[in-house]
Amino acid sequence: MREAAAPVGGGLVGEELASRVAGAVRAGARFAALLPTGRPDGSLCLRAVLAWPGRYGLEEEVLAPEVGAYQALTPTTPGATWYERELHDLYGVRPLGHPRLDPLVLPLAPGTPRPRPGTAADVGCLDPSEEPLPGHVSGEGLFTIPYGPVRSGVFEAIQYLVETPGEEIPHLRTRVYHKHRGLSRRFCGLSVGDGVLLAERVEGTTSVAQASAYCQALEALAGVEVPPRAGLSRVLHAELERVANHLDSMVRHTEGAGQAVAYARLSLHKERVLRLQARLCGHRFGRGVVVPGGVSGPPSLGAAQALAELARIDKGATADIRLLMETPSFLDRLRGTGVLPPEVAGAHGAVGPIGRASGLAEDLRVARPYGAYPRLGAQAVEPRERGDALARQEVRVAEVARSFSLARQALEGLAGAGDGPWRAQFDPPDGTALGWAEAPQGELLYLVEVEDGRLRAARPRCPAFHNLALFAQAFRGDIYTDFVFIEASFGLSVAGVAG
Amino acid sequence: MGRGVPDRVRRSLEPFRHIPGQAHMWVLRGLREGIVTTAYPRRPDGYGPGWMGAVSVAEGASPPQGVAEVCPTGAISEEGGRLRLDRGRCILCGRCTSRHPELFRFGPDHETASVSRQALVVPPGEDDEEALGKVRSELGRRVRSLRRSIHVRHVDAGSDGSEEWEVAALTNPVYDVQRLGIFFTATPRHADLLLVTGAGAAGMAGPLRRTWEAMPDPKVVVAAGTDAVSGGLVHPTYATRGGVGDLVPVDVWVPGSPPSPFSLLHGILLAVGLLPSGGGA
Ligand code: SF4
Repeated sequence: MREAAAPVGGGLVGEELASRVAGAVRAGARFAALLPTGRPDGSLCLRAVLAWPGRYGLEEEVLAPEVGAYQALTPTTPGATWYERELHDLYGVRPLGHPRLDPLVLPLAPGTPRPRPGTAADVGCLDPSEEPLPGHVSGEGLFTIPYGPVRSGVFEAIQYLVETPGEEIPHLRTRVYHKHRGLSRRFCGLSVGDGVLLAERVEGTTSVAQASAYCQALEALAGVEVPPRAGLSRVLHAELERVANHLDSMVRHTEGAGQAVAYARLSLHKERVLRLQARLCGHRFGRGVVVPGGVSGPPSLGAAQALAELARIDKGATADIRLLMETPSFLDRLRGTGVLPPEVAGAHGAVGPIGRASGLAEDLRVARPYGAYPRLGAQAVEPRERGDALARQEVRVAEVARSFSLARQALEGLAGAGDGPWRAQFDPPDGTALGWAEAPQGELLYLVEVEDGRLRAARPRCPAFHNLALFAQAFRGDIYTDFVFIEASFGLSVAGVAG
Repeated sequence: MGRGVPDRVRRSLEPFRHIPGQAHMWVLRGLREGIVTTAYPRRPDGYGPGWMGAVSVAEGASPPQGVAEVCPTGAISEEGGRLRLDRGRCILCGRCTSRHPELFRFGPDHETASVSRQALVVPPGEDDEEALGKVRSELGRRVRSLRRSIHVRHVDAGSDGSEEWEVAALTNPVYDVQRLGIFFTATPRHADLLLVTGAGAAGMAGPLRRTWEAMPDPKVVVAAGTDAVSGGLVHPTYATRGGVGDLVPVDVWVPGSPPSPFSLLHGILLAVGLLPSGGGA
């Protein structure tokens, strides 16, 4: 929304960003993100995104080029920890009072120039260095087991350092820097049209959500309404994407449990969802569908055929998921595993299915509705309170059913929508705006700055970035063999976290 | 067991009698579905119209002014009035095919991998065919001892995450690569084939190299996806190296953004010399 670009909240002008954010949180806002963007003159704009009931507010502070530090948010707003570590990596600016400023996305040897996305800095190639990383913990009976970034199975590159006195896991550290791609920098200067293509590749398993959140920021900036049919088409592809992602989480669970037949069944359903996506638009991940102002064109599969195929997949997947939820050997592995207590989730502002499994009901399709969702009567699932892997699975099961139904409604709507454009043509004016979408893993944000029809900056904030900070907290007391289930139940992609 | 289950299925379930309830039900589900596995590579797979695998260029087309500029990754070029397209840079965005349908079209759908980086540039140049033949027979000699069963080690060197989904799909019942003697292995010391995804993130240069070094000879490397081939749209940045070709010695190049499971399978079979004759480049 355009008004989101205006500072909102109870802060006094000139007051430190940290105290304004803390005040907003006390007043009932949820801290959602801290997004830095550089400016060509070398200054740095810090924007905290605050989720108020029904809307977002931004609090900002601009640091002049020579300013190398600011008052950290983390001491008063612990959810900002990872954001300030990332900010320090990318810009070299110190958040004063941050309790643990370990590198997160880009460890660099001391003295190395920082990439400073959005500024005119030109740094050439940067090689990450292990030097500034904290050393392995060792002591009597204490081991550090590095797991990843290369490990058995087909996984994205991520490294866990498991510090353990034997079977129990007292502490876990997560390293995501190995696959940092410098995306914030890459966005700068792209045309708004090319920006969609990059957004689709920020987290490639949620391309539709990425493109939607990015485009909705541009549309808010220009005050453009997407044609009704385009809104329905976005819902259709986004909900198929959600089904595929949730099935993927279940596939990983069954793989970890060695349930070969269930693995085969669920991975078959996931394959069929990707194939339906491809028949509708030519791409298994729905790339190329969402464009600024709408969608690129009509579905390439007739409504009757699409509805029949959707019903077939729904029937098969639903039956198998029901059986899965009656399979004791599966449920036993998840029950009580990887508990994320509701108070921890609440204090951090956990998003998506992880939040909904720990008592937080918020779903952007309902809480901050966008596109065709209100028209389709989208409803959030009932949150669970237990916060274990089984609760996360239950949330996903309920969401899959809702997504099938939303996709069906969208297809029916498209069949009866008559003629009209698929896309509103527009040139976005200069300015800054926030876009959002409920991605399969939760709240996805895009902060977009446009100048002369190009991106001065674009900052995605994937739900996985916000949630992965909680991963270590779900490990208390769990034995090593539960690891795979906790990871699968978090269901997070690393690509958008590493950035 | 429910009604309506054919006797044939009922009999085939006999061996599973001892398995408690749910497991029995799972097996039944699988049997009810019938055969879902592709016949590829024994026979071409009929699936795939409208499924983007690669872009082809009309032979002998003379390029209109400024045609190269439609491409966001610089995959399209003109050389001496001749239009060429580098599939190793193409992210399949469809701009060229929709703006100039007379020059560009999607296809082939499945067999898109190549043993030479140069051969991903289409249409081929004059000497390309001969050079390609040499590379192919050299690779064939090197992998001759591998051809019984193939153990694959996957490494992510900066993917967007979709590549991992497509690699993992190879073990679903549709592609079922185990039927071809292809297995994913936990340790590089048992691996014959290194399957690398991602744009070549600088932070993965070391771990990738160490994995390659730990693999016994003979070994082959497959760059899986346009990002792995050239860095795709992600490159250039300070953090990526324009694909994985400078990080490990690549034998087979698979375009695609991401590469589909068929393209990946084609690339793996091409790398280990298991393609029935004539299967692609
Ligand atoms: S489809 Fe490929 S070659 Fe054509 S414009 Fe897109 S990236 Fe370039």
